[in-house]
Amino acid sequence: MNRTCAVLSRTLSLAFFVPLAILPLCGQQSQPLSAAAIPQDQLIRPDQLNRELQSHNTPLILQVGSRILFDEAHIAGAEYAGPASRPEGLALLRNRVANLPRQRAIVIYCGCCPWDRCPNIGPAWHLLHQMGFTHLRVLYIAQNFGADWADRGYAVEKSE
Amino acid sequence: MSQVSRSSLRIFVLTAAMLSILFVARAEQSLVDKRAPDFSRSDLQNARIDLAQYRGKVVLLNFWATWCGPCRLEMPRFVQWQKAYGPQGLQVLGVSIDDSVAPVRPFVQKLQVNYPIMMGDAQLSDLYGGVYGVPVTFLIDRKGIIRARYDGEPDLGALESEVQKMLSAH
Repeated sequence: MNRTCAVLSRTLSLAFFVPLAILPLCGQQSQPLSAAAIPQDQLIRPDQLNRELQSHNTPLILQVGSRILFDEAHIAGAEYAGPASRPEGLALLRNRVANLPRQRAIVIYCGCCPWDRCPNIGPAWHLLHQMGFTHLRVLYIAQNFGADWADRGYAVEKSE
Repeated sequence: MSQVSRSSLRIFVLTAAMLSILFVARAEQSLVDKRAPDFSRSDLQNARIDLAQYRGKVVLLNFWATWCGPCRLEMPRFVQWQKAYGPQGLQVLGVSIDDSVAPVRPFVQKLQVNYPIMMGDAQLSDLYGGVYGVPVTFLIDRKGIIRARYDGEPDLGALESEVQKMLSAH
């Protein structure tokens, strides 16, 4: 009897606790990649990038967010390659960088929303990271493109 | 360099710095207390929406997007306010800056949005002093004057108090 109870209780424990342990992992896989997943050493601040843009060795800058926001104002010289939160946006980004040498210096940015709420920057970083880009950096935009770039007087362009 | 020319140089540098600060400040700041720029757009039901037709009402003009987290939080409140304060003269207007209408329609239906939703563009954003991130919300009084601009996630309690105050002012 004791042995039967022990087996039963072990079975029930497994049935109860294993799903509890696995469920959070499943949840993590299904959630979109957040900006928090990007390593700190791959972030670049707006003032740093602005200084870099004054030099001759400027990186390729890709805006991976909303087309309307890009058309209205983007970092001077930046190209549109988004929105990375959607499959078609990721495809655009993948196509744009497909033939680039993996050592090419690239900076990606969005600025649609506060950093921890941005739906685009995490997936864009993840894709380029997986593609093997070794000189990839992400512009850290704390609030949005207006407050953290345009309002500081850094160079912006509108789409034609 | 003489004392006079040094102080002249200092004044020149200070003036130049102040002027450059003034020039880089975006037009948005100057829109508050100015007449709201008129615009005309079709909403999702193809009804023509002219801002001018809402003179006499308090207008809450909200730029938003389906992918914007803070927008998702505030829109259900705007739906409530339209219902509660609509009879007192509040009109909420939504401008989506999504790249296409495809994700907007089901989103609006799911939230049961009870106010007009229009698709925005860079021209309309420009008209309102630059919308370089969302949400951005304007409060326009009954005379058509912009009284406030809120960038990012607003304090909804404070925003509601402001709406109530504007509704009670005649």
